[in-house]
Amino acid sequence: MLKELLTPQNANVFVGKLGDILYKAIDKPLGMAINWGRLWSLWPVHIETACCSVEFGAASSPRYDVERFGIIEAFGSLRQCDLVVVQGTITRKMAPRLRLVYDQMPEPKYVIAMGACAITGGLYFDSYNVLPGIDGILPVDVYVPGCPPRPETLIQGCMLLQEKIKRMKAR
Amino acid sequence: MAEQVIPTKKMPPGLQVENVDDRIMTLNVGPQHPGSGHMRIIVKIDGDYIVDADPDPGYVHRGEEKMAESRNYITNIPHLERPVIHDSCNILYPYILGVEDLVGIEVPERAKYVRVIAAELNRCIYIQYWLAIYGIFLGHSTMFMWPTGDRELLIDLMEKITGARVTHAYFIPGGVRNDVPANFEDVCLRQVNYFEKRIKEYADIFYDNPILKARTEDTGVLSREDAIRLGTTGSVLRASGVDYDLRIKEPYDVYDELDVHTNVLKEGDSYARSKIPWLDMLESCNIIRQALEKMPKSGSIRKKLKPNPKGRNDEVYHRVESGRGSAGCHIISREKPEPYRLKLSVSSFRNLIALPYLLKGEKLGNMPAVYWSLNYWPVEADR
Amino acid sequence: MSTSETTPPPKEIPPPKAAPPEKTKPPVPAFEKSYVDQITNQFSDDVEVEYIKENRTRVNVKKEKIAEVAKFIKDNTPFDHAESVTGVDFPEDKEIGVIYHLGSYTDPTYSKQVLALATRVPREENPNPGNDSTKLQSLRDMFYSVEFHEREIFEMLGVYFEGHPDNRRLLLPEDWADLPPLRKDFKNRGR
Repeated sequence: MLKELLTPQNANVFVGKLGDILYKAIDKPLGMAINWGRLWSLWPVHIETACCSVEFGAASSPRYDVERFGIIEAFGSLRQCDLVVVQGTITRKMAPRLRLVYDQMPEPKYVIAMGACAITGGLYFDSYNVLPGIDGILPVDVYVPGCPPRPETLIQGCMLLQEKIKRMKAR
Repeated sequence: MAEQVIPTKKMPPGLQVENVDDRIMTLNVGPQHPGSGHMRIIVKIDGDYIVDADPDPGYVHRGEEKMAESRNYITNIPHLERPVIHDSCNILYPYILGVEDLVGIEVPERAKYVRVIAAELNRCIYIQYWLAIYGIFLGHSTMFMWPTGDRELLIDLMEKITGARVTHAYFIPGGVRNDVPANFEDVCLRQVNYFEKRIKEYADIFYDNPILKARTEDTGVLSREDAIRLGTTGSVLRASGVDYDLRIKEPYDVYDELDVHTNVLKEGDSYARSKIPWLDMLESCNIIRQALEKMPKSGSIRKKLKPNPKGRNDEVYHRVESGRGSAGCHIISREKPEPYRLKLSVSSFRNLIALPYLLKGEKLGNMPAVYWSLNYWPVEADR
Repeated sequence: MSTSETTPPPKEIPPPKAAPPEKTKPPVPAFEKSYVDQITNQFSDDVEVEYIKENRTRVNVKKEKIAEVAKFIKDNTPFDHAESVTGVDFPEDKEIGVIYHLGSYTDPTYSKQVLALATRVPREENPNPGNDSTKLQSLRDMFYSVEFHEREIFEMLGVYFEGHPDNRRLLLPEDWADLPPLRKDFKNRGR
């Protein structure tokens, strides 16, 4: 019976199923541990897109100090980052670059849309060169409203993201 | 059918695979790069030396000038300060002066002093942020932490006056939006005195630091003649030995009643360009103290403006000294509530022309030191 | 209950409104006039003085003569750099205006002055930037600082600058195929 199932043609399917079963078995105990690891070491990419980057910089200042919450300062290398904080307006020229940055990051990755411009286009809703929000190019996890959001708001958004990761299934 | 011996790799379209020159290499710095900000610099390098540089701005081009044509003079205020949100009073200043000229409205004396205080506070806030980024570009983490921390003091002060952290929209045609809070003078004086004491300490850790001097001295030297020829402005110009500060040369509001000194250095290198804004901050503290002393203790804060004001059939060009240099606003108006054409002549865009000139012949490692010493804010240049 | 009835005070007769002050033309500032006269004396027919205000003057030049006038200004007056270049669209006149704002760093007496050097080029109904009649001579050889400003005018209004080494795109995205955005017939969304 088992030998019939394990032909070279469907071995892959069988192994895949086995993986699913194993995954389900360890998801409960280990998933939490994996998520816990991700939760406290979110590394944002160093990509500024507009003027909200001023408040993003202020959030890493001594007064606000996002590192208390496990979110490190913006980091240069894409290959080690797992968070994109879209800091404001996305213009038509920047949009393909932003998607390129997102595509190069390893899974799992999260997106925070910071500021009114990143959410809906904000003040620039009728401008010819501004996208009406980044929903069309990136899957957004958390929206942080404000023009620009205060650093406290950004920190709250990051904590909401952590809450979300805690309840996610570990992939 | 002949067997293919050499495997051909499928390449993405648009790549040049033949005649690849191996001596000159083209590097893309930005827009995602820790040393570029919101812009891209295409540099061609020969070994370690830059032979050509081509700045590619426009990643934050939001069409402010086009938007201004469909909004009236008052609703234009919030979006016109967005190019430099941390220097929002100064970037708005020429526009407000221009609208006042067009509408024909006088500003009360007290409002003029409040404006000067707000503009100088905002200049300090801007320069502190610029200094923090300059520190992090040069790998000096303390110089990121100190200015961003001290900057919050003045942000608190501005928040007390205007109610917003960075985007104040405080100046309106005819005065300022609201009066300063009670006992503002004492609080402001205390904060500014403490702030001045703090920024004097930056000399020990940053400006007298031998590592900083080794990295910035004699890099990107801009001579006096070239600074004039390239039409640079603000700290770049004054670091090259040209004494030109619009607060003195063309005093607006009450700057002619205050004792303003300007700082000029002769060297023209990155070190001088990074030092001028710091000296400007010390000068700003002096100006704020004088203005607090001379400010009328009571009085009207704004002249009532009739709703939806219309300009006259004219054009005006006003300029002020912002944190980066001369900021000009050219308004062409017809007898309508909206400007016919509004042009922001911003200093970042004017200083950008010096970048390819300065980078040629420099080492690639000096690029961040030269680039950020131009007192450049990409969002402002793109508008 | 008070019984005293006070008569309302007699209404004060408002003083007769002062007659609005007669609009007198402000006197032409002498210093500003002196350097504008230098230009008008040299190019009598080709230039036209639009206004001479305090610290601000504007001279309109025919488009064929713009380089010549700029060279004269560069050589004979202390104006040494261009602060900004504004492009304006005038669809009614079928023209596009280009205004250079010139300033001076070298001469302290001129540090307040801004000379606007304006010209107009023909405007095409269906623009084809670079290949139509909307062309102007570049001032880059006289005032080097106009380089990026002229690139901006080229993409925003479609004015091609002859003699400019790279009339390339500067701020707009690489794939922009619409009208030049600052022309009046280009409309923003919903406006």
